[in-house]
Amino acid sequence: MEYEVVIGLEVHTELSTKTKIFCGCTTEFGGQPNTHVCPVCMGLPGSLPHLNKMVVEYAIKAGLALNCSITRYGRMDRKSIFYPDCPKNYQITQNDLPICRDGFIEIELEDGSTKKIGIEGIHIEEDAAKLLHTTVGTLVDFNRSGVPLTEIVSKPDLRSAKEAVQYLERLKSILSCIGVSDCKMEEGSLRCDANVSIMEKGSNVFGVRCEIKNMNSFKSLEKAINFEVNRQIASIEAGKKLSQDTRRWDDAKNVTVVMRSKEFANDYRYFPEGDLVTLNIDNNWIEEIRKTIPELPYEKEQRFVEQFKIPKYDAAVLTLTTSMADFFEKTAQISGDAKSASNWLMGDISKIMKENAVCVEALKFTPAQLAELIKLINAGTISNSMGKKVIVDMFNTGKSPKAIVDEKGLIQNSDEGAILQVVKKVLGSNFKSIEDYKNGKTKVIGFLVGIVMKETKGKANPQIVNKLMNEEMKKY
Amino acid sequence: MELYKLKAHELKNMIKNREVKVEEVTKEFLNRIHKTDEKIGAYLYKAEEEAKASAKTLDEKIAKGEILQGLGGVPVAIKDNISVKEMQNTCASNILKGYIAPYDATVSEKIRENNGIILGKLNMDEFAMGSSNENSAFKKVVNPWNSLYVPGGSSGASAAAVAAFETPLSLGTETGGSVRQPASFCSVVGLKPTYGRISRYGVVAFGSTLDQVGTIGRDVEDCALLTQNIAGVDNKDFTTVNIPVQDYSKSLTKDLKGRKIGIPVEYFGEGLDDGVRKTIDEAIKVLKDNGAEVKECSLPLSEYALATYYIISSAEASSNLARFDGIKFGHRSKEAKDAIDIYFKSRSEGFGREVKRRIMLGTYVLSAGYYDAYYKKALKVRNLIKQDFDRVLKEFDAVVCPTSPTTAFKFGEKTKDVLSMYLSDIYTVPVNISGNPAISVPCGFVNNLPVGLQFIGNYFREDTLFNLAYSYEASTEWHKKSALIE
Repeated sequence: MEYEVVIGLEVHTELSTKTKIFCGCTTEFGGQPNTHVCPVCMGLPGSLPHLNKMVVEYAIKAGLALNCSITRYGRMDRKSIFYPDCPKNYQITQNDLPICRDGFIEIELEDGSTKKIGIEGIHIEEDAAKLLHTTVGTLVDFNRSGVPLTEIVSKPDLRSAKEAVQYLERLKSILSCIGVSDCKMEEGSLRCDANVSIMEKGSNVFGVRCEIKNMNSFKSLEKAINFEVNRQIASIEAGKKLSQDTRRWDDAKNVTVVMRSKEFANDYRYFPEGDLVTLNIDNNWIEEIRKTIPELPYEKEQRFVEQFKIPKYDAAVLTLTTSMADFFEKTAQISGDAKSASNWLMGDISKIMKENAVCVEALKFTPAQLAELIKLINAGTISNSMGKKVIVDMFNTGKSPKAIVDEKGLIQNSDEGAILQVVKKVLGSNFKSIEDYKNGKTKVIGFLVGIVMKETKGKANPQIVNKLMNEEMKKY
Repeated sequence: MELYKLKAHELKNMIKNREVKVEEVTKEFLNRIHKTDEKIGAYLYKAEEEAKASAKTLDEKIAKGEILQGLGGVPVAIKDNISVKEMQNTCASNILKGYIAPYDATVSEKIRENNGIILGKLNMDEFAMGSSNENSAFKKVVNPWNSLYVPGGSSGASAAAVAAFETPLSLGTETGGSVRQPASFCSVVGLKPTYGRISRYGVVAFGSTLDQVGTIGRDVEDCALLTQNIAGVDNKDFTTVNIPVQDYSKSLTKDLKGRKIGIPVEYFGEGLDDGVRKTIDEAIKVLKDNGAEVKECSLPLSEYALATYYIISSAEASSNLARFDGIKFGHRSKEAKDAIDIYFKSRSEGFGREVKRRIMLGTYVLSAGYYDAYYKKALKVRNLIKQDFDRVLKEFDAVVCPTSPTTAFKFGEKTKDVLSMYLSDIYTVPVNISGNPAISVPCGFVNNLPVGLQFIGNYFREDTLFNLAYSYEASTEWHKKSALIE
């Protein structure tokens, strides 16, 4: 039987406001345990929440960037959860009157077409404290307690792990672009749960879904969904009935395991938070916020394709983060060679950044310096392969490419007379290769060019070497 | 002259005129507490050292020529569910035994800023749940007028301490009549302000949408003085409202010409004690004599207030009391083995019967499948009750009725029959549901036990209530009678 996969994602992002959602404590990550706390975020008797306006503003901003409609009338609710990381044993969140509803993100399918993934809604809530399991017992650090979160719930529109990953990538790039969250999965400021089910292809009745938690990277999201799909198919084909479980992804073992099944599901006993009044959001405020939204990644992507004539794929990758997009745009403008700018950034530079775990913001060289490198290559002053060495130096030292080229004497030799002498010398000591060439093994040209390049310490202009080598060979 | 017998505004004037030092006044009340509180049982914590130190500071200010504004050096005692920095805040519950508040409630802060002296923390029904103060986990409070009778509740000690001259002023809290009913039982003046008039920050929550801090004094002027000094918007409490606080001293006038007062017929029906009825009828005559136009009116939905109240307040309590779990503060069971065990055992050991009853009731009405039938419906009825008051108070400046259907009852009389206990709040609870302000003022005695006259007013019109209560008080002698305890 053929199956269709149905996936919906619930994404929690910590908002990058300076202070917590219901008190004036800092939201800064880390810090000595229980130093970013006050009576409110520790849930001391008598303390009351006061809502941070910036949190609402950020949620509205996210909603506008994700094509949502913004409510004019919102409310906070209490969700009952008895757990030591929840200081009041209820979480202040939003149940049925979230700030944003009915948005979408466009993703690109493999055939190049685009698909709209619906967003059910966006609501705001408080983060929980952190439990530290130590040898002396479990300790609670309340620094994170009350850090503002948005929960962005997608509609069950995703049909594969790949689509889910792409959706999350797009979501992440939009949220970081508008500056509402730093979206660091490794610090937990972006967390994703997936609801996964399968149904018979063409059916319109959803199967029994499982919720998967604890996926800390795009890779684990993809692996977890694929594992879950296969598990569910195998279960059904074995004639078993699926149960609606909450499962946890085990990254080490590459499996999902049951955390709790539906029979033990919590009754959260939602009811309105009486300590906070209803949220009245007026049109003027929404319009003010709309004005602060910069060009979004997908808008930028389209513009890059049109303005710089780079492939859509390049544009999509370059616009995943604002910093990368800005770096590209400046380099392209200064160098006048957008394709080269794109190639360098997506190729060598991305590779070096990844190897050294460095982000664009931390690069030592500037777009102007990268543009200078591109110009040096285009002018034939250095070869492309020399450029690859120069970029490493630029990365390590932040020196200008010109300075590096001068220092290391890397200037390309385009003097045909001088190169010809080396070519002749190489041919004179490689009669075997000449024989081979005559016998039709034209590949030896490459071997001989290589020797010339080595002799010239890589400085000879490779195009000229090629040309001369071919001409000389014909003389034999 | 016995200083402790003076009213707050009288003491304030004497201090201002340098006839007496703040320290002398403070010591006088501390002595009084030592002498009588063993019988009364009002204080759970006597802040002797703190009070003396504050008094000294204020006397130094006076010595430098400063005139103390606000409370002017007068002592205030505070119910033990309102946070006062570095003092216990037990809510008269074993689960908070040993808990010391690390911060001031906004009202405590305001009392300090406005030159009040905090005398100590007052007994109450556990977590403010009760109408007789019999639910305190620590000790009982007696009615100063007759020690066989309860002082009312939950702010029973707040009323008893003022009636027994153990403090000139006190703060209580109301969720459903908890200031007015004991004020009525102990013959003192008690105000439940409009919801949103006084900050709840630092007040241990019972029913968040109902709770208000209430003020108690031996006469209307004292009650107004205390209210004046703690009311107003607070950015730490989102439910406070930014409406200016009137100058209540201007409301203390006798003439009621032009005032229209309604008599809600539903508040004089079955269950009202005949003696109380007669007393109230007499009191209404005084209002007429003072120039008010008095007319019958109808608040038919008040009948549903008590049922609505027990659903909403219990639902909110079940959530508000969730934080008392033995993890972070208060009582932790010594028997507990793991986190879940800590919850179960600490809460089982720490909470009393009435509190458990309300938590269970509240949890039930919020549960999946029952929410719509109970909690959601209660919210709808609440709206109708509000509309009832809005309609009547468009026509009248206030309505007048008994505070409680009976005078104080005996210890143990209603503890077996919970519903009869709940019914003693039948006239006070409707305004907690609607949010309107109401005041109880002494209006006589039945069998030597006090009766309270209640006025209910429009939102944020505490000034009107003080005016009506003052006018009545100025024409009668009840507030001059002293409780028997010596």
